[in-house]
Amino acid sequence: MTITSARPKSRSESNPAAPAAGRRFYTPYSFWFYLPTAVIYAVLFLIPTFASFYYSLTRWTLFDSNFIGFDNFVMFFQEPALVKGFTNTLVFAVVTSGSKVVLGLLLAVLLTSRIVGRSYLRSVVFFPVLVSTIGVGLTFQVLMNPERGLINGALGVIGIDGPGWLTDPSWALMSLALVDVWKGVGLATLIYIAGIVSIPREYMEAARVDGAGAWDSFWRIVLPLSRPATVTVIILSLIGGLRSFELIWAMTRGGPGFTSDVISSVIYKQYQAGFYGLSTAGNVILFLVVTLIVLPLNWFLNRKEVNL
Amino acid sequence: MSTSELVNHRPGRSYLLSAVAIVSSIVVFVIPFAFIALTAVKDRQQSADLDFAWPNQFQVVQNFIDVVKARDYMLVIAFINSTILTVASVAGMVVLAAMAGFVLQRRKSRWNPFINFLVLSGLIIPPAVVPTIWVLQRLGLFRTMPGLILIEIAFGLSFCILLFRAFVSTIPRELDEAAIIDGAGPLRLFFGVIFPLLRSVIITVIVVQSVAVFNDFVNPLYFLPGDQNATVQLTLYNFQSQFSTQYNLLFMNILLITIPPLIMFLFFNRKIVAGMTSGAIKG
Repeated sequence: MTITSARPKSRSESNPAAPAAGRRFYTPYSFWFYLPTAVIYAVLFLIPTFASFYYSLTRWTLFDSNFIGFDNFVMFFQEPALVKGFTNTLVFAVVTSGSKVVLGLLLAVLLTSRIVGRSYLRSVVFFPVLVSTIGVGLTFQVLMNPERGLINGALGVIGIDGPGWLTDPSWALMSLALVDVWKGVGLATLIYIAGIVSIPREYMEAARVDGAGAWDSFWRIVLPLSRPATVTVIILSLIGGLRSFELIWAMTRGGPGFTSDVISSVIYKQYQAGFYGLSTAGNVILFLVVTLIVLPLNWFLNRKEVNL
Repeated sequence: MSTSELVNHRPGRSYLLSAVAIVSSIVVFVIPFAFIALTAVKDRQQSADLDFAWPNQFQVVQNFIDVVKARDYMLVIAFINSTILTVASVAGMVVLAAMAGFVLQRRKSRWNPFINFLVLSGLIIPPAVVPTIWVLQRLGLFRTMPGLILIEIAFGLSFCILLFRAFVSTIPRELDEAAIIDGAGPLRLFFGVIFPLLRSVIITVIVVQSVAVFNDFVNPLYFLPGDQNATVQLTLYNFQSQFSTQYNLLFMNILLITIPPLIMFLFFNRKIVAGMTSGAIKG
């Protein structure tokens, strides 16, 4: 931790402007440090984002574009298959995010309690977070096979006739949500563990002295005080859910029919089919959906937190 | 972490609860992974049953050789590609985000709210895919590894900057002042003094982002198409149709590409949790 003082002269010589300009104007926190980041970010993120607003209004081949006004958006909302993708996105995001909040909190309470095999349980719950979504998707595609899959096999043993998880239109989206929760609940749990661990022990002790049981402590102390963690989990999993693509593409490709299509898979399908303008319009819609849901929600949740 | 018992149960109940928790964790989490491993070592015929039976014969070596050789050693090429992609983009993210996070935290300027807004929007806004392809094509970087590396850096920067900014605030300013008095310029101050102190958060960023980049499927799918450029996640996707009757090879592939994140996890398990608790949540 020693501060280098080997060659104090050399630096000030190579940087004559610093002493000359006087201490007041000299800052070691140079704006140049932003430069590489700013260039990469502007060229590969900001410019495409702004360009997408224009190109979503065009018929576009990547080489030349034809301005057609809001036709792409009109087409998007007139085509039943595309509207299905829109509603599915919302359903999927709300279901997965809600489940992750509830399950993550319950698991975190369990995993911060005195329980045998706690570090094993923490590892095993977190591990799916690290496995690739494609790998998880293909594995569960096999496990959810209606005739031969392990899940229906196990259900058959206890006398339940399992559905065609991914082949039955009424189940496909919920099966995907289930797998998404299976994969992502470990991260929610970890965030909640971090939140619960930072609650001062005195609160729990004081509550116990006052005769509060485990149930009371949970509702009156753990739940309200892990509010920052709840906000983080809700926001993260909503953003993830609204944008999710890999799992759905790996498991159903939006099928059967269009019953598990989401906006991201529609974007990819339109891109593959060469409808670049329509695909970009899908991107703009996704952008608006995410922004219109996440920003007000974030503002609302954080405002309440201050008032608490 | 070990002194975090908050809800104290009576001993009897705790044992019952533990037993229930361990059994359900095995059913829900361990069995799917055991299934991957078992299927990966079965022969072709038995793997087609998709059941949880013990392998009749272990074909570990044969399956391994088959999956590596498939499509002219595509998996080997993919591992090389993924390694280059992961190392280069994570290195870029760490250095660039640390520099930006450092200045963002230390320098008070009227631009800060705007810069913070840009950083946050990078986390929220879904990247516009086709216009990004268009920009890459103009730069001559579409379908090239450098292009994909820059893409991964651009999309990963926001998260890293937030972590670094939060951590820099815990480093006392006196240290900067002492270094400046000793004659350190901006670069020496940052790379000589500050950067080494960021070690713990650098480890968190490296672990989280390298797992994310290594497991990334969407960006290679869009920005680096083609068999010669396949990353490991794309091999799964490409093998899927070919191996639809050879589940042993498909699962051997899943098993192989899960090994690098698994190693990361085993090495850094505690550090991930510690880094998340110190940086990500409170920041």
